[in-house]
Amino acid sequence: MSKIPDNVRYSHTHEWVRCEGDIATIGITDHAQSELGDITYLDLPEVGRVLQRDERFGEIESVKAVSELFSPVSGEVIEVNAGAVDATEVINEDPYGNGWMVRVRLQDPSELDTLMSAEEYARLIAGDGGH
Amino acid sequence: MAVSDLKRTPLYDVHLAAGARMVPFAGWAMPVSYQSILDEARVVRQHAGIFDISHMGRVCVEGAESLPVLQRVTSNDVSRLAPGDAQYSLFLTPQGGIIDDIIVYRRRAQEFLLVVNASNTEEDLRWIREHTAQSVAVVDRTSETAMVAVQGPHAPSLVAGVLESPALLDLGRFQFAEVEFRGTLIVCCRTGYTGEDGFELIGPVQEVSSLWERCIRAGAVPCGLGARDTLRIEAGYPLYGHEIDTHTSPVEAGLMWVVKLEKGEFIGRDAVMQIRSEGVLRRLVGMLLDSRIQPRQGYTVHAGDAVVGSVTSGTFSPLRHCGIAMGYVATPLARPGTRVEIDIRGKRVPARIVPKKNLLAPYPEHSEG
Repeated sequence: MSKIPDNVRYSHTHEWVRCEGDIATIGITDHAQSELGDITYLDLPEVGRVLQRDERFGEIESVKAVSELFSPVSGEVIEVNAGAVDATEVINEDPYGNGWMVRVRLQDPSELDTLMSAEEYARLIAGDGGH
Repeated sequence: MAVSDLKRTPLYDVHLAAGARMVPFAGWAMPVSYQSILDEARVVRQHAGIFDISHMGRVCVEGAESLPVLQRVTSNDVSRLAPGDAQYSLFLTPQGGIIDDIIVYRRRAQEFLLVVNASNTEEDLRWIREHTAQSVAVVDRTSETAMVAVQGPHAPSLVAGVLESPALLDLGRFQFAEVEFRGTLIVCCRTGYTGEDGFELIGPVQEVSSLWERCIRAGAVPCGLGARDTLRIEAGYPLYGHEIDTHTSPVEAGLMWVVKLEKGEFIGRDAVMQIRSEGVLRRLVGMLLDSRIQPRQGYTVHAGDAVVGSVTSGTFSPLRHCGIAMGYVATPLARPGTRVEIDIRGKRVPARIVPKKNLLAPYPEHSEG
């Protein structure tokens, strides 16, 4: 079973967001890393880039497939996880912790309300059979 | 093709019970991985992995004229095989294209076993039968047998122990023995598709299934097609449909070492001689990337503004910690050390041409001393 913690919000494209004040940390879910398998490559944006909600902010690749990463919220990138770029296995091992990808300064905190709760995300992936 | 239409190997239920992810491959439902593709590839480089390769075609060719028939339809010199020897070989078209790459086992003077690609088994059977003699029987044994590969530095001793046959350790590469196991004979050949030492085992379904369990109890780790593909790319081995097909010649694929022009007449010989004398415009090479990004089949290779080739297979190498590829490039650029760029989804990623077998580098702990 995939881990679906309660303290983050979820997007339909399998990213998670955790907020501390107006800083949002973004990564991909345990379900997403499990579906991808061994992650081998991660491409992240430059610090300072301003992301719009649902904008493509990077690319993630596993031995099996390539996926695009979409920002669940709008904001300026203030930090990227260089450790995860160099050692991508951390995304498989700890997707909600050391496998985080970018931190952004939120432009509009109300965007968080449109994201899914853990319960809603659990329903989404339960209906996401056939993988 | 619906999943229910896929053929299943005798180990299908065992794979499901072990939690394998099953994928369609050449009409078969096959395990792509059990846990992690990269961990499975590493275990084969460092210890021993076991692969179900029962999807591969197994064809018996027997009879008074079996040797001359095989000399005519395959490119390598079958007369060099003594009973107990095997060889890598090709079926060629009259135009010099590659119909399949195969392994020919000589079991007795007039009895041969061919192991062919799953995707080509039907076509290969048709091809041999079209060129066979009346005295030769060509029988598809795929469904009544199973086949597993045990690969890795510890694989030979593991297999010898499970089969209680220490003599297996005396076999050289591409030699095989038929070892008695529970009253039947198991063909044990020192071959593989990973670049590591090991054995490929062929025998009746029940016994090979039992050997699978025993090898795992002895420490072999089950590995899927994902690891198998990564390992064979690292080892520089071609895969039919990627590096070779009916539109590629053994000259450009670097496979002339299994085309024995001096052995006498065989199908494709004249065409290959002509291609070789005319020279080829492209050659199959290995490529090492400066990045962890993976090249994939069909991506273009560039030198400056010119497209100079394309990728046939690519993966992330757990040995090299970077993207690696095989592909065809224009002959003048095929020299090792040449710098090229691979277009990966619009990004130009620098890469270096290397001989195919140089994709396989030892793990640091192997290179010490």
